[in-house]
Amino acid sequence: MTPQGRPAFWIGGAVLLAVLPWIPGLQSDFGRSLLSQMGIAAVFALSYNLLLGQTGLLSFGHAVYFGLGGYAAIHLLRAVNAGLPIPLPLVPLAGAVGGLAFGIVLGALTTRRAGTIFALISLGVGELVHATSLMLPSFFGGEEGVTASRTKAPAFFGLDFGSQVEVYYVIAAWLFVAALLMYAFMRTPVGRLCNAVRDNPERVEFIGYNPQRVRFIAFSVAAAFAGLAGGLHAINYEIVAAEAVSDTRSGAVLLMVYIGGVGHFIGAILGAVAITWLQVSLSDYTTAWLLYLGLLFMGIVVYVPGGLAGLLMMHLAALRARAMAPIARSYLLAAAPALALTLGAVTLIEIAYRRSTQPEAGALMKLFWIPMDTATPWPWLGAASLALAGYALLRVVGPRVAEAWRRAGEEIHARG
Amino acid sequence: MAETIAVAEPRSAPAAGPAVPCALELTDVHKSFGATPIIRGVSLAIARGERHAIIGPNGAGKSTLFNLVSGRIAPTRGSIRLDGEEIAGKRAFRIARRGLARSFQVTNIFPRLTVHENIRCGVLWSLGYRYDFLRRVDRLRDANEAADRTLEQIRLTARRDTPAGVLTYAEQRALEIGITVAGGAKLILLDEPTAGMSRHETENAVELIRSVTHDRTLVMVEHDMGVVFDLADRISVLVYGQVIATDVPARIHDDEAVRSAYLGDSDA
Ligand SMILES: Nc1ncnc2c1ncn2[C@@H]1O[C@H](COP(=O)(O)OP(=O)(O)O)[C@@H](O)[C@H]1O
Ligand SMILES: [Mg+2]
Repeated sequence: MTPQGRPAFWIGGAVLLAVLPWIPGLQSDFGRSLLSQMGIAAVFALSYNLLLGQTGLLSFGHAVYFGLGGYAAIHLLRAVNAGLPIPLPLVPLAGAVGGLAFGIVLGALTTRRAGTIFALISLGVGELVHATSLMLPSFFGGEEGVTASRTKAPAFFGLDFGSQVEVYYVIAAWLFVAALLMYAFMRTPVGRLCNAVRDNPERVEFIGYNPQRVRFIAFSVAAAFAGLAGGLHAINYEIVAAEAVSDTRSGAVLLMVYIGGVGHFIGAILGAVAITWLQVSLSDYTTAWLLYLGLLFMGIVVYVPGGLAGLLMMHLAALRARAMAPIARSYLLAAAPALALTLGAVTLIEIAYRRSTQPEAGALMKLFWIPMDTATPWPWLGAASLALAGYALLRVVGPRVAEAWRRAGEEIHARG
Repeated sequence: MAETIAVAEPRSAPAAGPAVPCALELTDVHKSFGATPIIRGVSLAIARGERHAIIGPNGAGKSTLFNLVSGRIAPTRGSIRLDGEEIAGKRAFRIARRGLARSFQVTNIFPRLTVHENIRCGVLWSLGYRYDFLRRVDRLRDANEAADRTLEQIRLTARRDTPAGVLTYAEQRALEIGITVAGGAKLILLDEPTAGMSRHETENAVELIRSVTHDRTLVMVEHDMGVVFDLADRISVLVYGQVIATDVPARIHDDEAVRSAYLGDSDA
């Protein structure tokens, strides 16, 4: 049974969402803001998983529904600011309605085809909507976007949502509800038909279903939840700008779902958490963070098709079968070479990046607490040999890890 | 045509007279791919309850004929009637909803769904669930029980919760038939159901086909003459896009034109 099939998953999830903003390290405004962003990303990624993971629709323009939902919510919030008596926690619903409406209109056009054609059309629609958002400043607010205030709303059980933690709980509550609804959707007849369409759209026609209709339903539902995420974004930032419908955001959600594990329910959540964390934290340390994100993405796609969730499930299965010890031993062997390869590669990337993007910063720099002069060949040679040595050793140790996993696989199989 | 001929097997007695429409009736059906004619004027009438086999050399157009009837492709011209109603050129899912189900020569299943889910997908529409997104599919008793019954029939109960993609070839062929028959369609088309099976597996498949089609109409394309002569009430021989003979098995077996065109001298 999948983790999300157990009630404990949902109870544990609710408890976790409740206590997270009080955990040391996340207790700060920064931590709570990070958690809020992760929650928004998780709703968005779960909606994308509905498309890609469950229905097999690769979209390059899913941010369209996130952003248009966001605009719907921010305009509603402006109306609330002007006196419309709607409590703030309900404002994100306008995002869901907006996402659904645009999902129905644009989905009717785009889901007639699947595969590459669908992917290309989604890219085109994304560009179209992004361009439109810059051309219609009265609704989209141009580059600066549309702003509103979440505190100028009717009081909700005495809360005015002035503090980050109050907004976090709104986001967490919607995340919980949205996750539960999307999970429930996948277990309805039409949800299973989505999987069937993903696996083999042609055969679906011969059991009485129109695969275009199934895709359209999945697309509309995914657009509604993307819009909800956009609505949460609107109340969290109190601003929605053209960036919300951009291809960058469409690309980010694709990365989240791939890195988390396509088709895994928890994968979308893991991917959203990981990518948001990288976006927020890694970008503090290095300007090359996008490059690392790209490398991570490539590594996952090539070596770990199941993504983070796939890795997690493998290890849980090995643990349950009590087959983890030999695997852990092989990991210990591989740890040093992997660390050497990483350190060497990161050093090379950092000095190359610094030299090419910030030549004015000079040749002297400090990396991993080691001062180095990048005008001399020594840092380059040192880093390159470290990386090469790590790589060579990994080639030797790697098969041991694979062998440990193969044995564990037999063990798991034998135990059913 | 063959309706007037006395038939060896009692259960088949094809309905005579115009009052009862045929289960399936093709009239002068043509199909060309580009300029190449593949189906060249096929007319065929299959009675309700009949088990009909279509035989013919490779490339004769047997699978293409199934594709035309099941709506995978549209005929260039001609009429195809299912229970008297015109279906030529309609989309496959509309034809399926009228009670026609087909299997494929090349296995065509849902590899990442479990065996049980594969079959359950095949019964959902016929049980009236349509595009339902308010009920839990695991709680639909009729759909789950129908799927489990079919699993019994195709002897895959032990593999119920296995992803269909990891089944053996023979198991996938059985599942292919299971998905096709599970929805209770009144007309079943099977395209080479026993292709690639061992002797033993073929015998099982014949029993399976016999039991799941006992109160339905069956049209099958089949290369194994043992299977054909065992199951079919009547046989049509398709050669180069034309039906050169339709008759009961015994007469097809003795037909000179058929022997020279298809069965060859080596055939027993
Ligand atoms: N979609 C198609 N496009 C072009 N040619 C096709 C197509 N489908 C079948 N054919 C051609 O039609 C002929 C009959 O094929 P088919 O119906 O599969 O034969 P059979 O099932 O009797 O072996 C073959 O020559 C095949 O190449
Ligand atoms: Mg064929």
